Amino acid sequence: MAAPDELAFHEFEEATNLLAQTPNETTTRSDQLSPKGHVAVTVDSGASYGAEDEVEESDKTLLQEEKQQPGFWTFGYYQSFFDVDTSQVLDRIKGSLLPRPGHNFVRHHLRNRPDLYGPFWICATLAFVLAITGNLTLVLAQRRDPSIHYSPQFHKVTVASVTIYCYTWLVPLALWGFLRWRKGVRERMGLYTFLETVCVYGYSLFVFIPTVVLWLIPVPWLQWLLGALALALSAAGLVFTLWPVVREDTRLAAGVLLSVVVLLHALLAMGCKFYFFQPLPPEPMASPHQATSQPAATGLPPTLPRSVAA
Amino acid sequence: MAEAVESPGDPGTTTPRPLVSLGSTTKGTEGLSDISISQDIPVEGEITIPVRSRIREFDSSTLNESVQNTIMRDLKAVGKKFMHVLYPRKSNTLLRDWDLWGPLILCVTLALMLQRGSVDSEKDGGPQFAEVFVIVWFGAVTITLNSKLLGGNISFFQSLCVLGYCILPLTMALLVCRLVLLAEPGPINFMVRLFVVIIMFAWSIVASTAFLADSQPPNRKALAVYPVFLFYFVISWMILTFTPQ
Repeated sequence: MAAPDELAFHEFEEATNLLAQTPNETTTRSDQLSPKGHVAVTVDSGASYGAEDEVEESDKTLLQEEKQQPGFWTFGYYQSFFDVDTSQVLDRIKGSLLPRPGHNFVRHHLRNRPDLYGPFWICATLAFVLAITGNLTLVLAQRRDPSIHYSPQFHKVTVASVTIYCYTWLVPLALWGFLRWRKGVRERMGLYTFLETVCVYGYSLFVFIPTVVLWLIPVPWLQWLLGALALALSAAGLVFTLWPVVREDTRLAAGVLLSVVVLLHALLAMGCKFYFFQPLPPEPMASPHQATSQPAATGLPPTLPRSVAA
Repeated sequence: MAEAVESPGDPGTTTPRPLVSLGSTTKGTEGLSDISISQDIPVEGEITIPVRSRIREFDSSTLNESVQNTIMRDLKAVGKKFMHVLYPRKSNTLLRDWDLWGPLILCVTLALMLQRGSVDSEKDGGPQFAEVFVIVWFGAVTITLNSKLLGGNISFFQSLCVLGYCILPLTMALLVCRLVLLAEPGPINFMVRLFVVIIMFAWSIVASTAFLADSQPPNRKALAVYPVFLFYFVISWMILTFTPQ
């Protein structure tokens, strides 16, 4: 009966309520589900996953949830956050790449079952890709202007990973705290759990991975275009996910919140572009006095490409 | 002197009989014969644990052997596992007899050769010894935790062992790169190094997935293999960008 579906037993009544309504009409249900911290109600519409293994694993996780959520010091607690399959992760990534206005990422793709696999490994990948492609631009710059000294710049890996991880964990913490406070003030607001917010942010960073790789192409207007496109997709995903929750609030608070979210995202994108990618010197046809080589040892963001060599 | 009194199949014998009669002629034990258990269970034969005695004599023999024998035995085990990594087949030698000597030797070799010299200490050079060490070990621990959290049934140290041993092809690539770098620099130099590193990277991935992939549930294999790919990619990148001072 429940073979392809994953239902949590102790939320069965709310599950039937949810299932009874059309899946698209999910934005008004958030206040019903919000009192419970971890409502694991998932209806996987496709039975194309490996049914046997899925049944066994869903039975195991159902038993775990029946036992009143193991304590946070046990291994089983953390295992419940990694309870995703390859196809689910790919589906979530696709959902973050193509945001649609009515399509709430949390309701449609996470289906109240946030995972930590996606955010963690997307952040790790992005941090390493940033450091590596930033280093590759130095190689390209050296080929044009041999006076630039190539070095592996290994410290940038540390900077990249600290920045990305802090962004993906601290900003959702602040956002979640803010939303909880607003919910205390206005009862009708919906709420996402902390992990769902982390998931939304983590998956929204995925679009930057191909963008960062494409930033190797040394055409400045293309780089800005790609950056703007990635930022638009990513911020749109965030806004469409947050809109159903904040629209119950006053217009001022909603507007301020959404613009702060978009602004922080833009700051992250631009900071990465300026810190990790340095502008290329012009072609070696020009006279050496106009070479705009930036010293590789600088930790400050290089200025725009009109500066002269040191 | 113990003697078996009656067989267990004896039906309905309610008369208590002593199980063990210790010289029943003496007076003192006549009282004993009154105290007896109602169900007499004959116990015949000897109780020995042959396995334990065998282990005991095995232990004492390795204690008494010479140091050279001990070291050679461990080195042979490490060498055998190196062979298994270089020719990956579906065997579980690495999993069954895991050890962490091989990963330690490989990691120390890698870190020693990749570290930048202290003389030329620019702020943005290559990694230090500690950075390589931390990346390798914490990377391996993170991947192991990830695969366990996803529901894999491999033990913690077995996974560390496999990931550590599969760094062997990349260490060989680093040795080759160092030799190649002794020649004059140029694009051919770089292409040779790139080619060698790519081949060894692919070899590492194939070797580690041959050992690790079976321990994951089938619909999560890609999720567990991707971090391994990222780990060896980062190590390959460190090897490729190594520039001697």
